[in-house]
Amino acid sequence: MPTVFVSTELANLIEPILLRHRARPDRLVQILREVQEVADFISDETAAWLAERLRISYAQVKSTRDFYAFFYRENRGRYRILFSDNITDRMAGNQALFEHMLKRLRLEPGKVSDDGLVSVDYTSCTGMCDQGPAILVNNRTITRMTPRRVDEICDLVRGKVPLSQWPAEFFVVEDNIHRADMLLGTPHEPGKAVHAAIARGRDGMLGEMKLSNLRGRGGAGFTTAVKWDACRNANGDTRYIVCNADEGEPGTFKDRVLLQSYAGRVFEGMAIAAYVVGASQGFLYLRGEYLYLLPQLEAYLAGMRSAGLLGRSIGGVAGFDFDIEIHLGAGAYVCGEETALIESLEGKAGRPRVRPPFPVTSGYMGQPTVVNNVETLSKVTEIAIHGGAWYEAIGTKQSTGTKILSVSGDCERPGLYEYAFGVRIAQVLEDCGAQEAIAVQISGASGVCLSEREFGRRIAFEDVPTAGSFMIFGKQRDMFEVARNFSHFFAHESCGFCTPCRVGTSLLKNIMDKIADGRGTQYEMNELLRLQQVLKPGSHCGLGQTAGNAVADTVQKFRPAYERRLAETDFVPAFDLDAALARARELTGRDDAAAHLGEEA
Amino acid sequence: MNAPLTPRKLRVATASLSGCFGCHMSFLDIDERLLELAALVDFDRSPITDIKHCSQRCDVALVEGGVCNAENVHVLRELRANSKMVVALGACAVNGGLPAQRNHLDVGQCLQQVYRTPDGSTAIPNDPELPLLLDKVYPINEIVRVDYFLPGCPPSGDTIWKFMTDLLTGRTPRIEHPLLKFD
Amino acid sequence: MSDISSANSFSIDGQRIAFTPGQTILEAALAAGVYIPHLCHHPELTPHGSCKLCTVVVNGRNGSACTQKAMPGIEVENNSPALNDRRRVLLQMLFVEGNHFCPGCEKSGNCQLQALAYDLEMLTPHFRHAFPARPVDTTHPDVWLDLNRCVMCELCVRASRDLDGKSVFMLAGRGAESRIVVNSPSGLLGDSELSIDDRAAHVCPVGAILPKRVGYAVPIGQRQFDAAPISRQVDYLARRHIPIVPVTEELVK
Repeated sequence: MPTVFVSTELANLIEPILLRHRARPDRLVQILREVQEVADFISDETAAWLAERLRISYAQVKSTRDFYAFFYRENRGRYRILFSDNITDRMAGNQALFEHMLKRLRLEPGKVSDDGLVSVDYTSCTGMCDQGPAILVNNRTITRMTPRRVDEICDLVRGKVPLSQWPAEFFVVEDNIHRADMLLGTPHEPGKAVHAAIARGRDGMLGEMKLSNLRGRGGAGFTTAVKWDACRNANGDTRYIVCNADEGEPGTFKDRVLLQSYAGRVFEGMAIAAYVVGASQGFLYLRGEYLYLLPQLEAYLAGMRSAGLLGRSIGGVAGFDFDIEIHLGAGAYVCGEETALIESLEGKAGRPRVRPPFPVTSGYMGQPTVVNNVETLSKVTEIAIHGGAWYEAIGTKQSTGTKILSVSGDCERPGLYEYAFGVRIAQVLEDCGAQEAIAVQISGASGVCLSEREFGRRIAFEDVPTAGSFMIFGKQRDMFEVARNFSHFFAHESCGFCTPCRVGTSLLKNIMDKIADGRGTQYEMNELLRLQQVLKPGSHCGLGQTAGNAVADTVQKFRPAYERRLAETDFVPAFDLDAALARARELTGRDDAAAHLGEEA
Repeated sequence: MNAPLTPRKLRVATASLSGCFGCHMSFLDIDERLLELAALVDFDRSPITDIKHCSQRCDVALVEGGVCNAENVHVLRELRANSKMVVALGACAVNGGLPAQRNHLDVGQCLQQVYRTPDGSTAIPNDPELPLLLDKVYPINEIVRVDYFLPGCPPSGDTIWKFMTDLLTGRTPRIEHPLLKFD
Repeated sequence: MSDISSANSFSIDGQRIAFTPGQTILEAALAAGVYIPHLCHHPELTPHGSCKLCTVVVNGRNGSACTQKAMPGIEVENNSPALNDRRRVLLQMLFVEGNHFCPGCEKSGNCQLQALAYDLEMLTPHFRHAFPARPVDTTHPDVWLDLNRCVMCELCVRASRDLDGKSVFMLAGRGAESRIVVNSPSGLLGDSELSIDDRAAHVCPVGAILPKRVGYAVPIGQRQFDAAPISRQVDYLARRHIPIVPVTEELVK
C-alpha cells in the first residue's frame, strides 16, 4: 500500500526508468541520474516515493542523492550550468566568463533564477583542460567558452530553446593528439586482439601479461597480471571486470580521448580480461561529466555484440560469455578510488571501503572483481597481439610500454602526448611548446609539483609516477593560487567518512583563504604543515592522503608566493572584526566611533 | 650572557570578558595559597585590584570569557599588547563556552527577541555607552595569539594553582586527570 | 600465564601480545590490557575505521588498529609521542567541527570524546570553530537527538542496522556537509521506528543521542571517566555492552 505520492505526470515520467532498471535498488545511482534528467531535480517527495518503489529506506535514497554533486534536492532550473573550475580553466579566464554570465542572467552563484529557469555554479575539473574554459549544461559538455559564446548561451536559455537544438559546434570535443606512439598511432582492427588472446589461451594470455610487466595507469601502478591472477584464483560465484573511467583527477583527459576514438581497444581489453579471469559481466564506470560519450559508446557495444565480440561464446569459445554495461557517475571525484567506485556501482554513496579485503577477492556484490583503468585495458590489446616480451622491451625496466600524458596549461599545443616511459619532463615541455615554465603539476591535484630544477626528471614509476595529468605553469603564474585552487577541490570532494580528511581538507582550505585575504602570518604557515602531518599518514584513502601535497610542495618550492601575502604581525584574525559588528550597527542605528573596530596596529 | 635570572615578582593581569566571573571566583578558591601566590606575583589590571588599565608591562594575562562585543575586543587587545603571556582561563575563553551557543542564531534576531516590549514592538538600546555585539561569540584565540589554555567551567582552584605554580617555576604547565575538566 | 608463542603473538611498543586468529589488532590489544585510543569502535559492533584515533604504525605502515587483523610477528607502534600528537589533532578537529559545550551536556563525564581529550591532555580545540547550525530533534517521546554533538562515528547506524534490524540512522551528505539522517518520512526521530529499547538509543559515545527524563541521575564526579582516565579502563573498554535494559528503568530504581 503506497503511503507516498508524486504527481501522475511525474510518476509517468519515472515509471519507464524504474522498469528499465527492473526497480533494482543497486541501480539507485543510475535511476537517480535518469530521474533528474526528466524531473530536473529529486525532491524529498520523489526520493520517498522512489524508496517505496525500490523497497529501500528513505534515508538510503537521501544518503545516495545528497552524496553526489550532480543530484539536486531542490530545483536548480531547467538549465543547470556548471563552469569547470580547474586551475587550467582559471588560467583561461573562466572566472570573468562566469561573472559575465551571472550578470547577463541576473543570477547569484548557485541560486536558481526567480522564474526557476536557470542556475549557474562552479564544478570540479570536467576533463576539457586542452580546450577550456569548459562548462556543463545539464551535464552536456560545451568547450572553448568565450564572452560571445556566453552571450549566445544566455539568449538560448532566455528563449527557452531546448538543449538538443543548440548549435552543434558548441558541443564539439576535439582529441588534440599531438604525439602518437604505439597505442594512439596504431589503427584498431576490431576483433583482432580478442582473437589473438583466444589463440593464446587463458593461461597463455595471462603468461604474456606477466611477461609484459604492465602496470596500472590509474596512478598506483599495481601490476595488472597480479591483479588478474588473484581474481582468477579467488573464491566466488561470479567474476566482474570493471573499467574505471571516472577520470576525475584535475588535468587528466586521456581516457576521454581513448573512449571517444579508441573505444574498441578499451572494450576488447575488458573482454580479454574477462576471458583470462573467467568473468561474465563487465561495467564501464563513466564519469558523469562524460555523458556526451554515452550514445556513441552504447552504439559501439551494440556493434560488438552483433560482431560476436560480446555476448555468448565469444569467438566461438564455449563458456566465454561476457557483456558490458555502462554506469554513469554523478560528480564525485572519490569514486575514482576503486572501492568507492564499486559502492557507487552498487547504488550507494561512494565512500571507500576498508581494505583488505581487496576487490580481487571481494568487490562488486562481494564477488571477485578486477578494476582496471581505461588506458591499462587499452594496453592489453597490444599485449594480446604482439606478446608480452615485445611490450616489455619498450620503456624502462620497471615501467614498461608507453604512457599517455594529458598536457594542459601554459603551452602552445595542449593535448595528448604518448611517450615510451622514461621521457624527461624537459622533453615534454619542448614538444608541447612551453618555453617559460616555472612549474609542472604532475598527476593532478593529488600529484607532485615540480619546479624548474627538477625538469630533468623522468616520467616513470621509479622516478615521477603519474596517472597522466601534466599541467604547465608559466612564469606569469602564481603558484600559491594553484595550490589554493587544489585545496578547494579536495575540500569539495572529500567524502566525509574519516575525520582527518572530512575536517582537515576544510581547515586547509580555510587557512589558504586566510592567507589569500592577507590575514596569514608565520602561524598559518606552520598550521599548513601541521595539517599535512595528519592528513597524509592518517586518512582512510588516497584522497585525504594526497590532499595536502600541492600545498606542502609549493610551500617548499615556491615559499615566496606565500610569504609576500603574509602580514607582518604575529597573528591576525581570520575575519574582519568591524564587519562582525555590522548587524548590530544596523539594528541599533549606531555609527559612532565605539560602534566600529579597527584592525589592530 | 648566562647571568642568573634575578628573582622578581611576576606581574599578573586578569580580566573577565564575556564570562560569568566564575573563573575569577575559582581563582579565589585557592584559599590560603593566595598568600603564597601574593609573595610571588603582583597584580596589575584586574577586578581584584580594581586597576582599570595595565599600568605597566605584565608577564601574564589571565583572560576569562569569550569575545562577544566590541569592548571585549579592546580589553583583549590591551592585555595582549601589554603581556608576555596570554592565558585563556576557562571554557568561555577557550572555546566560547555557553554564550557561544547563540552562534548559530542571527545576532539581529537575538536582539529583537530580547528587547521585545509587552506591546510587541522592539526597543533595542542604542546608547553609545553600551558595547555593540559581535555576530558571534569568539574564543579569544580567534582574536589574538594565545600562549596557554586552561579549560574548565570553571577550572578548579587546585587546577589554577597547579597551572600557576608550573608557570611561576618555569615549567610548561601540565594539567592531567583529575585536574583536567571541560565542565 | 600461558605461553605466548611466536605463532600467535605480535608486539605493541615492544610488548608481546597474544591473539586468536581473526582478532583485530585493537581487539587483541584490549584483551591483553593494552590501551589503544579509539572512538568509533565498540566490541559489539562490526569495525568501521572512520575516526582514525586508533591509527597505529604496523611494520612501518599506518593503519587502523580496529580494522586491521592481528598477524603473527607484526610490530606495532602505538603509544608514541608522534602518534599521540596526531590523535590530539584529530580530537581538536572533532571539537571544532561540531558544537561541543561540555558544561551544558548531560553526557559530561561519560563522554568518550571528552575522556579521550582528557587523556591526551587536549587543552584547547586550537583550530577555528565551525560553529555549524545543526538542529536538535526532540520529537521522540523517549530520546533526544542533538546533532551538534555528533562525531559521525556511525555507531548508531551500525547498532540500528546490525543489532536492532531497523536502520533508523544513516550517514548522508558529503565532506563537511556530512550528517546523520533519520529514516522517517519527515526526517524526524519521533516519526521513526526507534524505540527506547533499541541498542541504537544507547550506543552513542557522545551526547548526541540521549534518553529523556534521566538528566544527571548519576552526579557529575561519579561518572565512568571520573574515576580513572580512559587509558586505565581497558577492561571496561574491552568488555562493555550496550545496555539492553532501558537506561530509564535501571536508573529510576
